[in-house]
Amino acid sequence: MTMKFTDIVSPFLAWSRAAKKADTIPYPKKSNPGSDRYRGFHRNDLDKCIGCGRCEEICQNLAISMVEVKDSQPIKGDSGLRPSVDYGRCCWCALCVDVCSTGSLSLSNSYSWPTDNADACAFIPGSDEKAWDDSKKGYRQDNSILQWAGSPRVEMPVAEPDERIKSFEEVVRGYSPEQAAAEAGRCIQCGLCVTACPANMHIPEYLRAIANGDYSHAVKLFFDNNPLPEMCGKVCTRECESVCAMGYQGEAIAIRWLKRFACEWFESLSDVLAVDEKPLEPNGRSVAIIGTGPAGLSAAYYLTRMGFETHVFEKDGEGGGVAQSAIPEYRLPSGGYEKQMDVFRKAGVKFHYNAEVCCDDILKISDDYDAVFIAAGLQRSSEFTIPGVDLQGVEHAFYFLMNHPEDGSIEAGRRVLVVGGGNVAIDTARSCKRLGAEVVISYRRRIEDMPADDEEIQEAVDEGIDLRPQNIPIRIEETDSGLLYIYAEALMIDDPAGGRPKPVRKDDIEHGIEVDKVFLAIGQSSDLSFLPDEISDNLNIKWGRIQVDEHQYTGVKNIYAGGDITPGAGDVITAIADGMRAAKAIAESCRTE
Amino acid sequence: MNGSTDPLKTTHLFFGPQHPGVTGNMSVEMWFDGDEITRAITHVGYLHRGFEKLMERRLWIQNFPLVCRICVPESDINEECYALAVEKLDGIEVPERARWIRTLVLELARLGVNLMSFGGQAGTIGLGTGAMWGITFRDFVLDLFEELSGGRIYHVYVQPGGVRRDLPEGFKKSVLSVLDKIGERLPELDRLTLNNAVFKQRTVGVGIVKPEWIDEMGLVGPVARGSGSRRDVRKDAPYEAYGELDFEVVTEDGCDIYSRALVRRREIDLSMNLIRQILDLMPGGPIAVPLPNLTEWRIPPGEIYTRVESSRGEYGYYVVSDGSLRPRRIHVRGPSYVHAVTLLERMLVGANIADVSNIMVSLTTCPPEIER
Repeated sequence: MTMKFTDIVSPFLAWSRAAKKADTIPYPKKSNPGSDRYRGFHRNDLDKCIGCGRCEEICQNLAISMVEVKDSQPIKGDSGLRPSVDYGRCCWCALCVDVCSTGSLSLSNSYSWPTDNADACAFIPGSDEKAWDDSKKGYRQDNSILQWAGSPRVEMPVAEPDERIKSFEEVVRGYSPEQAAAEAGRCIQCGLCVTACPANMHIPEYLRAIANGDYSHAVKLFFDNNPLPEMCGKVCTRECESVCAMGYQGEAIAIRWLKRFACEWFESLSDVLAVDEKPLEPNGRSVAIIGTGPAGLSAAYYLTRMGFETHVFEKDGEGGGVAQSAIPEYRLPSGGYEKQMDVFRKAGVKFHYNAEVCCDDILKISDDYDAVFIAAGLQRSSEFTIPGVDLQGVEHAFYFLMNHPEDGSIEAGRRVLVVGGGNVAIDTARSCKRLGAEVVISYRRRIEDMPADDEEIQEAVDEGIDLRPQNIPIRIEETDSGLLYIYAEALMIDDPAGGRPKPVRKDDIEHGIEVDKVFLAIGQSSDLSFLPDEISDNLNIKWGRIQVDEHQYTGVKNIYAGGDITPGAGDVITAIADGMRAAKAIAESCRTE
Repeated sequence: MNGSTDPLKTTHLFFGPQHPGVTGNMSVEMWFDGDEITRAITHVGYLHRGFEKLMERRLWIQNFPLVCRICVPESDINEECYALAVEKLDGIEVPERARWIRTLVLELARLGVNLMSFGGQAGTIGLGTGAMWGITFRDFVLDLFEELSGGRIYHVYVQPGGVRRDLPEGFKKSVLSVLDKIGERLPELDRLTLNNAVFKQRTVGVGIVKPEWIDEMGLVGPVARGSGSRRDVRKDAPYEAYGELDFEVVTEDGCDIYSRALVRRREIDLSMNLIRQILDLMPGGPIAVPLPNLTEWRIPPGEIYTRVESSRGEYGYYVVSDGSLRPRRIHVRGPSYVHAVTLLERMLVGANIADVSNIMVSLTTCPPEIER
C-alpha cells in the first residue's frame, strides 16, 4: 500500500462539514417524536379490556401482573382485573399487544418519562393517568395476518342443507381427533368461560385434556359439574362461548362441540367413570326427586355420589325430560340417551317410571324422605289469544315436538306456518321441513331479537325456511283450502324504560298467508296442579314459577326445587346447575341436622 | 521472548474490561517487554446473562424477543437464525414476501454495523471524527428500523413464521433516500480514513492474519475475507432471498487491518447495492403464516443447525427440541468465539501495545456472543 501526497491533505477536507447543518439535535430542547409504530409506553382501553390475563401470561419478563382496579368489578366475561406494567422489567417487545385478545392494549410512541418516584414505574395503563394516554401514534395490534390474538375456528363438518332436510339424521358430523386437538389447542386458559357457565364446568382443563388426547380425563372432568355432557355437547346454550376471549379478534372456541367429541369417543361413559366399581358407603339418608329432566338427573347423580339413596319419580315411561323428548333428533339423537342413563343406573340412582306423584303422594314423600327435590319442568304450552287459535289445524308447537314427529306418524301438512322466535319455533319449523312441508316462521320482532340460538336460525335459513320478522299476528281464518294467517307489518320503537324495542303496527294494511297448519310456539308454562294445597300455599310462586334461594331451597321444610319450574334461563345447563346446587344444599342441611 | 511472563523481564497489565474501542466488555491480560506484547490471555465473563439457559425456560415464541439481545449492534441475525431453526423443526413454510423482507432487514442491519465498525476503526487510532460519522450514518439506518419495526436497536421483527408487520407505506422511498444520503457522504468518510496518512500508517502491515490460520482456526467473515478467503454464507449456502440476488463476495488479500477495513468499506457498498436490488424485486403477498396458540405451541422433537452470514462472519444456532413447549437446548455459535479468544491471543504476541484496541476492533470482537 503506497502512501500518496493526497493522504496527507485530504483528511483536512473534513472541515468543510463544519459549515453545514449538524445531523444531531439539541436534546432535550428538541426531540424527535417516535415513529408511527414506535414501541413506547403502554396504553390500555379499560372498557375494552376483559382481564383475560393473556398479556401477563405471554410476558417473558414477568413485567405484567393482573391487579384489581378500583371501579372494575368481576362480571360475566370480565375478570375485573387489569394489567399493571412494571417498567423495571418490561423490554418493550410488544408481545402483550400482539396477543391481547380484545385488542385493548397498545403502545404509544412516547419514549421519555422522567420521574423521581421509582415506584411510579409500575403502573396500570388506562387507570393511572399518563401523558401518553391520548397518543395517536405507536405500536398497535394487527391481528389480520399474525392471528396471535384470535384465530378462526376449526369448522365443524355438517351435512349439506339440501341433504339434511331429507331425514332427521344429526346435522353435525363431529370432529376427527386431529380437528378436536387443533380446536381445543386454541384455548388460552384464561378461564373467563368458567364463571359464565352456570355449572362452572372445568372448561380450560378439559380443553387441555382433549388437546393432549386424554379424552377419559376430559370426561371425568365433565362429570365433576355436569352429569349430562352428552346432552350438553349437542344442545347447550353455551354461555361459555359467548364470553370466550378468543371470540373478540377471532372465533370463540367450539367448547360445546369438543364436549360432544369427547363423549362420542367412548362407547360407555360409565366405564370411563367406573361409577359401579367404586360404590359409595350409603349415608343412610334418602331423597325423592320429582322429574327426570336435566335438573332432576343432576341432583340425583350428585346426591348418589355423596352416599344418598336417591329415588327419581317420572310420570312418563322414559327419562330425560322435555330436553330429551322435545328436542328433535337432528339436534339431539336419542342414541346418546341410553349411554347417559347407564351412568345414572350404575351410579345407583333408583328410577320409578310411569309414577306420577301428585297431591297426597307428595305429602307422604316429604315425610318418608329426608328431602324432596321438585324438578317437574314446564309441561304446558302457553296460551295465545288471537282470534282463530281454536280452529282445526292450529296447534301448539311444543306438543307437536313432544310427540316424536320424526317417526313419521304425524302429518305436518304441506304449507306450515310457525308463530314464534324461540328454539321451539325453530325446531318445529325444521322438523316440518324434514317432513316435507314448505315452512314460514312469523316473528313479531327483528331476527336479532329472536331468543333462538343464532346457529339454529342460520341453519334454518340455509334449509330454505322462510323467516319473516316484524310480523304482528292478527287472526287466523278458515278458508276453503285451509287456513289464512293474517298479520300486519311492524315497526320497532325504542322502549323509553330501556327494554328491548317493541313492535307496533306500521299501518292498517293486513296481509295474509295461506297455509295448511299453524304452529304456535310462544313459550311454555308450568302446571303446578300436582302440588297439594298444604305445600303450594306455603311456596312462593310468581308467574307460575316456584321461587327459591341461592341453594334452591323453597323455604318449605325439606323441599327444594330447580330446573324450568324455578325462574332462570330455562336451558339445560342452568337446570343441571340447579340440580347440583340443590344436591350440595341437601347434603349440607343433612350434615348440620 | 515470545510467551514469556517472567516478572523480572515483563510488565503485567489488565487491559479492560472497559470499552477499548467498541468491542464490549471483555479484558485482555497481557505481559509485555517494552512496547512489545509477549503473551496475551483473553478474559470474558463480564457480560454473562445466561441466554442459552434462559431460553430453555421460555416458550418458543418468548425466545424471539430475547435472542435479539445477544448482539446489540446486529440483533436481526439472532432473530433470523432462531426463526430459521424453529421453522425447519416445525415444518413452517415462510411466505415469499417475508423471505424478501427478511433479506432486506438483514442487509440493512449489516449496513448499519459496517458503518459503525468502519468508523470505529478510525476511532481506535484517534480519528474521532471518523467514528462519529460512522455512528451518524448508522443512525440514519436506525431511523429506518424504527419506522419498520418500532424499535431502533432491538427490532423484535423477524419472527418464526415470517415477519411481524408489513413494510410501512412509503418505506421504499425512505430507504432509497437514506441510501442516497449515505452514499453521497461516504467519500467524505473515505478521505478521513482510507485516504488518510495516519490511518494508513497505523493499519497497513499491522495485525496480520495469516491465510493459513483461516482453516486452522476456522476464521470467518471479513477477518477471513481480508486475508484472501472467499468464505461467505450468503454465497456458500444461500438462505432467504440471497440465492436470487446478483453479487460477488468481497475479498482483499492484504491480511492486515487496512485490508479488513477495506473489506468492510466495500461491504457497505455491497449492502447498499443489495438493498436496491431487494427493493426492486420485492414480491407481494402475505408476510407471515399464522402460528398455533402461542402458549401451547409445541415443536416436534428434533435438532437442527442453522447459519447466516453476520457482519462478523458465520453465525449459527444449534436448536434441540424434545417436543415440549420450550426448547430443550439452544447453543449460539458466534464468530467472536474464535476471533476474540483463539485468534486474538495469537495475534497479540509480538504486537505493539498501542495497537491492541486497533487489532480488536479490526476483528470486531463481540463479547456477548462469546458468553451466551
